[in-house]
Amino acid sequence: MSTVVLLAVTGLGLGGLYFLVASGLSLIYGVMRILNFAHGAFLTVGGYLGYQAGHAFGSRAGSWPVFVLMLLVGTVTGALLATAVELLLIRRLYEREIEQVLVTVGLGLAAVALVAGGWGSDARPFPSPRWMAETTGIFGADIPNLRFVCLAAALVVLAGLQLLLGRTRYGLIIRAGVENRAMVAALGIDVRRTFTAVFALGGALAGLGGVLTALYNSTVSPGMGDALLIFAFIVVVIGGLGSVTGSAVAAAGVALLQQFANYYASAGIGDLTVVAALAVVLLLRPGGFVGRQVRLA
Amino acid sequence: MTARRVVKPALTLLVVVLLALLPELQVNLPGVLPGPTWTPGTEQLLASCLLIGALAVTYNLLFAVTGLLSFGHALYFAIGCYVFAILLQREHLALLPAALLTLLIGAAVSVLVGLVSLRVTGIAFAMVTLAFAQAGAVLVARNTGGLTGGEEGLGLTSAKLPDALVGVANTQNLYWLALVVAVVVLAVVGWVVGSRAGHLMRAVRDNELRVRVLGIRPYLVRLISFGTAGTLATVAGMAYLLVQGGANPQLTTSGFTLTLLVMVVLGGLGSRWGAMLGGVLYTLLDQRLGVLAASSRIAGLPGPLRVPLSQPTFLLGALFVIVVLFLPGGITGTLGRLTGRRIDRGLPVADRVAEPEPVEV
Repeated sequence: MSTVVLLAVTGLGLGGLYFLVASGLSLIYGVMRILNFAHGAFLTVGGYLGYQAGHAFGSRAGSWPVFVLMLLVGTVTGALLATAVELLLIRRLYEREIEQVLVTVGLGLAAVALVAGGWGSDARPFPSPRWMAETTGIFGADIPNLRFVCLAAALVVLAGLQLLLGRTRYGLIIRAGVENRAMVAALGIDVRRTFTAVFALGGALAGLGGVLTALYNSTVSPGMGDALLIFAFIVVVIGGLGSVTGSAVAAAGVALLQQFANYYASAGIGDLTVVAALAVVLLLRPGGFVGRQVRLA
Repeated sequence: MTARRVVKPALTLLVVVLLALLPELQVNLPGVLPGPTWTPGTEQLLASCLLIGALAVTYNLLFAVTGLLSFGHALYFAIGCYVFAILLQREHLALLPAALLTLLIGAAVSVLVGLVSLRVTGIAFAMVTLAFAQAGAVLVARNTGGLTGGEEGLGLTSAKLPDALVGVANTQNLYWLALVVAVVVLAVVGWVVGSRAGHLMRAVRDNELRVRVLGIRPYLVRLISFGTAGTLATVAGMAYLLVQGGANPQLTTSGFTLTLLVMVVLGGLGSRWGAMLGGVLYTLLDQRLGVLAASSRIAGLPGPLRVPLSQPTFLLGALFVIVVLFLPGGITGTLGRLTGRRIDRGLPVADRVAEPEPVEV
């Protein structure tokens, strides 16, 4: 029993990370029809700048205020980076979606290489409050506290996104954009501004995810973003492109499946099971569980 | 038109003959090649360039001809490399049976993956192929069954290879092998593109609905393209194993597939020669920039200059972004524009060889 609880909660913690990456990807795809391959790079850069911010405090890097600051730095970095990318590169290629994807591919390669050049390609230990590594007992299972933090962050983001999408004017525009972009533009709304906002929002979530991923791994490494990105892609496809709720459900499902299979079968089987699950979902419901089938225009 | 029909094959033949003679000549390109063309190091680099170029040509068939944006194409190259290595090194099969078996496995896997992933189109298809390639990467990285050697890779040490393919002195044989494989891949892709199936592939890319109306299932056409490209990539992978003398887990990563995309776009979409050129150039640049990065000239520079210059991937990624932004059509497209030939803007570009033609049924 305690093993099951342990696996379930740690799985949900991992699912939280998947959700932070996947929700941004899904929104960006939904509104802009861009599969953002630079998303992993946003995550890595956010994680590294968060790490650098904590590093600046030296021995006090393990305290709570510094940790909150690191989260903020990561989030803001992600948002600023994404905004710059959107304004400088993506916008120039408006309505040429494949080229936009190609630019994000090149950018992802270049940014990760730059991080590896600046901080070295080896993983570095990530400072965090001591409480994170301590455990809390639930039903006899000792669960590291940082898993709860990842899960809580994802739940807060999910609630925030639901409020934003469901209750605000901006959310209305975004949802309308996912449904029918041309109609939104025809109604006199500046779609480009919405694009920048959505891209920045996705970048912010990726940056936040970067600091939390570093916390989860207890290291920062240049490859951490792209390692997560692949599973985030799977989550996005299973959940349905453009759907935040779908991403949340799929993130939890994929992470749980992965954790249990890795534990009860053998390490690595979990990753393969997730790919198999993707194949099954595609055979049964090509559009994912929530979204509709989308095609490349 | 008739003049082109004579000139083009003649030019092709000339290029192939020149390439075949390279190991016998002393061509020196300081800065571009590590040494004269008869030295084993240069021969191996050129052989790798040709094979990666051939791989880029198979990717071009998928992406530019059929309009399938796959992010998992490196999987089949890696299958060629790894399965061939396992059969030779662990199972101690002889060269030919091992090659045939690897070819069968590569063809079977590409058709199976195609059957599943072609159920979706567009970006979803890209992600699904990426996921399958990732499964391959996981299998290799975890050293499944003790077969792949994990992060170390798998060297061909105890394999029963013919003497002509072993040893530094025989590197030129490997170079010729690579050249033959590259020519075969180019020829097969050219034949497929010119065949009725090739016409249908372009038709599916340009107007899927029309193909459906004609009573043909686009799914099957895409599957043929996917299977052909995958199988040919396996062939290139097998030769790459022999040239490199081992399989490297780097080949299974998603990063390698992404670089394939970079090569094809860099060279120019829609043209086989463009893709070949892109693959060759990328491999050369990657290798030479790596050497440059490790040189003392770079190490002496101040930080803001040294860090970007010491990362070949950064330079190549940045170059790629610049090409996409400012040189649509890549190298061949830009050359074509400079020489006044019509090129199509935007991706995927229509295959320039193909004039508008009725789709035969």
